[in-house]
Amino acid sequence: MTGSIMDTFFEECEELLEAMDAGLAAIEEGDQDPETVNAVFRAVHSIKGGAGAFGLDELVAFAHNFETVFDDVRSNKLELDEKLIQLLFRASDHLADLVTCARDGGQVDQAHHDVLIAALAEYMSEEEEDLTFEPMGMGAAFDPAPLSAAQEISYDIRFHPLKEMFATGNEPYFLFQALSDLGALSVKLDDSELPGFDAMEDGESYLSWELTLVTGEPRSAIEAVFEFVEGLCELSISADGDVEAEADALAALNAAFGMAPAEEENAVVAPLEQSAPEPVETPAPAEVEVDEAPEVPVEAAADKAPAAKKDAAKTSGPKPTLRVELDRVDRLINAVGELIINHSMLAQQIANLDASDTRDVETELEGFKTLARDIQEGVMAIRAQPVKPLFQRMARIVREASAATGKTAKLVTIGETTEVDKTVIERLADPLTHILRNAVDHGIELPENRAAAGKNPVGEIRLTAAHRSGSVCIEVKDDGAGLNRKKIRQIAIDKGLVPEDVELTDSEIDNLLFLPGFSTAKEISNLSGRGVGLDVVKNAVTALGGRVNISSTPGEGSMFSIILPLTLAVMDGMVVSVAGHTMVVPITAIVETMRGNADMINSLGSDGTLLSIRGSFVPICDVASSLGLRSSSHNEPAGVYLLVETENGDRCALAVDDIHDQRQVVIKSLDGVCGNVPGVSAATILGDGKIAMILDPESIVTASSSAAVFDTDRRMSNAIAS
Amino acid sequence: MQLQAETKHTEQSEFVSFTVAGQAFCLQITQIREIRRWSPVTVLPHAPADVLGVMNLRGAVIPIYDLSARFGLQQTEASERNVVIVVSVNDKPVGLLAEAVSEIISIDPDDIQETPQVDSRNTMDFIQGIISQNDEMVRIINLKAVISSPEQVAL
Repeated sequence: MTGSIMDTFFEECEELLEAMDAGLAAIEEGDQDPETVNAVFRAVHSIKGGAGAFGLDELVAFAHNFETVFDDVRSNKLELDEKLIQLLFRASDHLADLVTCARDGGQVDQAHHDVLIAALAEYMSEEEEDLTFEPMGMGAAFDPAPLSAAQEISYDIRFHPLKEMFATGNEPYFLFQALSDLGALSVKLDDSELPGFDAMEDGESYLSWELTLVTGEPRSAIEAVFEFVEGLCELSISADGDVEAEADALAALNAAFGMAPAEEENAVVAPLEQSAPEPVETPAPAEVEVDEAPEVPVEAAADKAPAAKKDAAKTSGPKPTLRVELDRVDRLINAVGELIINHSMLAQQIANLDASDTRDVETELEGFKTLARDIQEGVMAIRAQPVKPLFQRMARIVREASAATGKTAKLVTIGETTEVDKTVIERLADPLTHILRNAVDHGIELPENRAAAGKNPVGEIRLTAAHRSGSVCIEVKDDGAGLNRKKIRQIAIDKGLVPEDVELTDSEIDNLLFLPGFSTAKEISNLSGRGVGLDVVKNAVTALGGRVNISSTPGEGSMFSIILPLTLAVMDGMVVSVAGHTMVVPITAIVETMRGNADMINSLGSDGTLLSIRGSFVPICDVASSLGLRSSSHNEPAGVYLLVETENGDRCALAVDDIHDQRQVVIKSLDGVCGNVPGVSAATILGDGKIAMILDPESIVTASSSAAVFDTDRRMSNAIAS
Repeated sequence: MQLQAETKHTEQSEFVSFTVAGQAFCLQITQIREIRRWSPVTVLPHAPADVLGVMNLRGAVIPIYDLSARFGLQQTEASERNVVIVVSVNDKPVGLLAEAVSEIISIDPDDIQETPQVDSRNTMDFIQGIISQNDEMVRIINLKAVISSPEQVAL
C-alpha cells in the first residue's frame, strides 16, 4: 500500500520536475510572467510536500531552500539574473537527483549538495526567518497546527493495563512521563479492584489510574503515547470543554474531508467526541494544505482543500489526464493489430466466395476497415507523446557536459511538440545523450578557440524534431569545428577497421564513426568516449527500425540525423509480388509506380540498367535478384517499377513483378526470429495467414548500388539455395 | 524451469520419435509445444539452406528449420505429409521440419545409451544419446546445440 502511494508520489515528481524544468527554461528565455515563476514554485513546493509525507528529509530540506529562494523571486525581492538562473537550473537538476536517489536508493554527491545549499543560502534574504513559511505536509515530519491549539483542554484519561501489558514489558510510569511532557498531568491511582492479599493472583493486573491532563496538544498526541500499549489496556479518553461546539466543528470538518463521523469514532473509545480532528488521520491527498490558524472558521478549511487540489492539478498540466499502465495500452495495440489482420482475412474470404453479389458485404467491410483504422490511430495516439520531456532532459545533459569540459554551449530545441511513440522516446534517450555529449565534447570548440575563429564563444546545439512523410526526423546540429576527417580516417586505419590504401568519400569517412570499436577520444574521458563509440547509437536506432546519418562541414559543425518510423506497429504498404513471393513495400518510400516497357530500359556498362522517366535516367534495381530469389539479372521490360527515393535523395527504380494491393499491414519484428536479413526490415501477416516480408528499399538500393562484395555474397547464397 | 522439470523426471522419460531423412530421431515430450502439418513457408532472402523460412503460428512469426539439412543430410522435399514440430528454444518458438512423427517412447533414463564416438563433430554435438527401440536406433536430439541461437543460425 505504502509502496503504491510512494510510486504515485514519484510519478508525480517526474511530472513536477518536468514542469519545473519547462518553467525554468521559459524564465531563461526571458519570460518574467509571474505565472511561470509561480508554476515552478508550485512544482518545488509540491515535491517538498510529498517528500515530507514520506519522511524524505534530505529532499525536503533541499526543496525548502530552493523554494525559499524562489519565493523571494516570486515576491520580486530577488532579481533574476543570469547567475541566479544558472544556479536554479543546477538546483533543479540536483532536486531531480535527490528524487531519483530517494526512489532507487543510492547516495547523492554530498559535496555538490553542500555547495548548492550554500549557494542558495547566499540568496536567502535576511528577513526570511520572519516570513515563517510553514511547510505543508501530511506526515509526522510536520506537525500541522491543530485547530484547537489556542485553548487548552482538560482530558480525563482512564487507564487500566491488562496483565498482557506487563507481560510485554511495558511500564505505566513511562507512559505517564510521556503524558506529562504534553501538559500538566495529575495522576490518581484507583486500587478499588485490588482484592484481599490472600485472593491476589500472581501476575494479574488489578490497578488502574485516572489521569487528568491539561494540554493544548490534540487528542491524537495523547493517543500516540498509548500507541504501543494499544490492545493491552483498557483506555478511555474524554475531554471537558464546549463539547457541543466541538462536535459541530468535527462534523463540518468530516464533511470537508469527505469522511463519515463513524470512522473517527473507531479510533477512540470515548463516549463523547471531542478531538481536534486531524487531517493526518484522513486519507487526504498530499496537496491538501492545512496550516490554518485555529481561529479560522472551519468552513474556510473546507474551501481551502479543493483550492489546493486545483493548484496541484494546474501544475501537472492544463488538461485532465488519465494514468494508464502501459501494458494495457500494449494489449490494446496487439488486439487492434489482430483486428486489422482479421479484416484482411475476411476481405480475402469474401473475394474468394462464390457469391453473385457481394457489393453490400464489401460496403460494410469498407466500413469495418475505416473503423479499425480509427481505432488503430486512436490507440497509437495514446502511445504518442511529445518529445518535450526528452528534450528537456537533454538540456541538462548539455549543461553538465559543458560544465565538465569547460566549454559553453547552449541547447536550442525546435519542434518540442512533435509526437512520437512512447517506446521510441524512451529508447531514444540513450542515443541522444550520447550524441549530445559527443557534440559538446568533440564538436564544440573551447570558447577562446571559437572567439579566434570569429564565432560566438557560446556554442549552439540545435535539437530538432519534425514529422517528415510518415517518419520522424530528429536532428542534432552543432556549430562546432566539424569532423576531422583526416584524423578519423587515420584512426580507422590504425585500428584496422579499413585497409590502408582504400579510397573513401567524405560521407564514407563520416560514417566510419559508427563502426564498432571506433572511438576518437585519446583518453577515456568522463564524458563521452568510454570505449563505446557511436555504434551504440546506431544499434539503438536500428533496433527501432530507424537510421542515423552524419554530415559535417569543416569549420561549421556537424549534424546527426535520426530518422525513425512513426509507429512501431502498423504501416501502409504496397503489396507486390517478387519472383512468386508476396512482399510489402512501405508506401512512404515510394514516390511513383509505373509499368515499364522495352523502350524505357537503357543499358549502362556490362550489367547496369537505367530506366528513363520523362527524360531523366534512374538506376534499376531488381528486387528479386537483390534478395537472391532469382539468379539471372532481369531482362523483362514488362515488369512494374517502384520509384523510391533514399534518405540522401538518390532515386532508384525497384523492379518487381506485379502490384496487388495497397493496404495497412501489421509489423511483426523479425528480431529474435532470424537476425538481420539484408533488404528486409520486418514481416507481416497477410489476409491468407501467410507471412510476407516487408522490404527495406533503402538497404536494397544501397546494397545493389555499392559493394561488389555483396554481389558475390548473393551469388554464393544462390548457389547454396539451388 | 523446463530443465528442472526434465531432470526431476527420473522415473520414466517420454520421447516423441520421428523420422528425418529416413533416420529415427526423438525429442523429449516436454520440449515439444505442438506438432503441425506442413504448410508452405515464407522464404527468407539470403537464408542458409537449413533455414526454410518463417511461418505464422497464431499471429507470431516463427522460423522453420530443416532438420535434415541441419544434420548435414539431404534437404527434405517438403510436402503435405511432412510435419513441423514446434519446440521452444530460449523461450522462443521454433519450428523443425521432420518427415513424419512415429510414436511416443517411454523409457527409463538409465536405458539411454551414450553416443558412441564417431568421426563427426556435428553429429557428436547434435545427438546427446541413443535409445534402442524395437532393435532400431533412435537418436536423441540435443535441441540447444541444433538451434543454438536463432540469430546465430541465420547469420
